[in-house]
Amino acid sequence: MIVAQRKKIPEITEIINGHKNVLVLGCGTCVTVCLAGGEREVSIISSALRIASRKAGTAIKINELTIERQCDNVFIETAAEEIKKNDAVLSLGCGAGVQAIAERYPDKPVYAGLDTAFLGILESRGVWTEKCAQCGACVLADFGGICPVTRCAKHMLNGPCGGSREERCEINANQPCAWQLIYKRLKDIGQVDKLKKIYAPKDWSTSIDGGSRTIIREDHRI
Amino acid sequence: MTDNTFEPKIVAFCCHYCAYASADLAGSMRLQYPAGVRIIRTPCTGRLEPEYYMRSIENGADGVLIAGCLEGGCHFIDGNLYARKRVNAVREILEESGIDKERLRMVNVSAAMATNLVEVMYEMVDNIKKLGPNPLKKEAVSQ
Repeated sequence: MIVAQRKKIPEITEIINGHKNVLVLGCGTCVTVCLAGGEREVSIISSALRIASRKAGTAIKINELTIERQCDNVFIETAAEEIKKNDAVLSLGCGAGVQAIAERYPDKPVYAGLDTAFLGILESRGVWTEKCAQCGACVLADFGGICPVTRCAKHMLNGPCGGSREERCEINANQPCAWQLIYKRLKDIGQVDKLKKIYAPKDWSTSIDGGSRTIIREDHRI
Repeated sequence: MTDNTFEPKIVAFCCHYCAYASADLAGSMRLQYPAGVRIIRTPCTGRLEPEYYMRSIENGADGVLIAGCLEGGCHFIDGNLYARKRVNAVREILEESGIDKERLRMVNVSAAMATNLVEVMYEMVDNIKKLGPNPLKKEAVSQ
């Protein structure tokens, strides 16, 4: 899932400053699960914005709505009426959600209320970790299901850098060394031989370095 | 603003198993607590949503007091510990929104600690008197 976190209230206040009616629009998918932009967070952030605006004397009217999914036109449609009623939209969706709303309503200012962070999982309650860098050419099959592109700070594909200490990454001691994990995992599943494969320098053109990506499935187009 | 006539209105969310019973005991013991404290009984402080605190302030409460069981004494094992974390998170949001975080406070009492609860209430009233009325109060509307 996409993991995001809320921006600080003063930053949001500055973003929406100058508008009279702002719709705080939540998303019921990934950002609800990562507790950043669901119905509850919409309620809390809206309340904070009302307090901040009244305190500052700007009297911005804050309205609230949460839709099922912001990155899909079918669901965006359900917010049409509310969006039209407001001067601007503060989206608590991920970056994709914000842009989907903005594209759908070209004459309406749409702002991001969250900082979209990464693609990850819920590690334990209240802890989310990054697992996938969306490089566009998955190598997980060769590394026992542990991604060196995402989880190794240096994105090493041909073995560890040698800088790890006590199985921790030398860049960030709070993180385990991805290569330590890969080796242990491959050993456990009897696939250490896979490490003999030499990887050529990674082709990053399949990642964001080649510009934003589009996938077209002709078999699904109408 | 230190208006002597200012009597803070404090919304006190009291856990049924401790603080609410404690407030009841305060009555039996003829202990007087500040008239501006309005008690709302809750099954557990862990049941309280952050929105409750935000909306209380938004609608003009000068302070919000969360009174839960002593740590380790929660009827539901750890509801009060979760409540503490949520209160701390909301205190941060309030501070970011321009409201002094001291307007929201959590205390832990047992059902037998009526004197302590009353003391805490007076202490909170004093603190809020120093802070002055809720800056949103003049235009507070009920929603």
